[in-house]
Amino acid sequence: MTDRISIEKKVLSENDRLAGEIRALLQARKVVALNLVSSPGSGKTSLLEKTIGALSGTIRMALIAGDVQTENDANRLKRAGGKMVRPIVTGGACHLDAKMITRALGELDIEDIDLLFIENVGNLVCPASYDLGEDMKVVLISTTEGDDKPLKYPSMFRRSSAMVINKIDLMGFSDFDLAQVRRNALSINGNLNIFETSCRTGVGLDGWYDWLRRLIAAKRA
Amino acid sequence: MHELSIASSIVETVTAEMLLRGLTSIGKVGLRIGALTNVDPEALRFGYETMVVDTPLAGSTLEIESLPVKAICRKCGHSFEAHDFIFICPNCESADNEVTQGQELDISYLEAE
Repeated sequence: MTDRISIEKKVLSENDRLAGEIRALLQARKVVALNLVSSPGSGKTSLLEKTIGALSGTIRMALIAGDVQTENDANRLKRAGGKMVRPIVTGGACHLDAKMITRALGELDIEDIDLLFIENVGNLVCPASYDLGEDMKVVLISTTEGDDKPLKYPSMFRRSSAMVINKIDLMGFSDFDLAQVRRNALSINGNLNIFETSCRTGVGLDGWYDWLRRLIAAKRA
Repeated sequence: MHELSIASSIVETVTAEMLLRGLTSIGKVGLRIGALTNVDPEALRFGYETMVVDTPLAGSTLEIESLPVKAICRKCGHSFEAHDFIFICPNCESADNEVTQGQELDISYLEAE
């Protein structure tokens, strides 16, 4: 005779609790927080470098850059002009969790910032499960990847609010079908905001910057 | 491979529950896992069983109930199962919908030995 005890607990309740605290802290300071996710090499760091260059005169930004190993991304963001940059080296973990963000935020002066970027570890699977207290996830995909990636990693595309299709300047050098990737992504998440950009040529970045400005204005309102 | 992190969170939660309820050993841990969580049951089982060796949870196993993804259409109110994660309403073809099932990653019960 076995004794079944009902407990009904979320496995990630501790992560969710910390994420809730982060969200409340950022909300109180009217900071827009975006969690950038993608496969390795889609251009998260490049997009942030461009964004720092274009907006740091008018928008106060902090950046947390996660990597399995090395602080290379954080160093790139600093070289691009990022004033408040914290690296997180996970030492093997395939995702960032809320505890890492809490620690990193403790080392940043977020009192007077408008926008916090969290650059997650390059991985379209694991980071989907971990709430970091962000307002939104932004998923990147590049034209050198398969246009069926949204179908292969539906959870991440479903949980994201925006999708940036990067390396648009390389269209034509691969079989990537722009209309197809949009259809695939929208069949999983009909409310995705979609941007087509090239961080190399700058094409499409103005639309991305405008969207960021609108998010910040809406948060302050 | 975040199943190890997930397994570790399960071990922490179950250990705390056992302490709270004065249990000294455990037979089964019941989980509900939604298809949107990207958790592979076999990798999770492997991680869990490896992790509990030489702990009070030793010998316990995971009983996993897998939940398919369901959504409700915001336009026509139709509830549907999102087969292959395609979130298009089969009734009105709108892509505007809300997930009602599939994001669960819950411990539902423990079974003492």
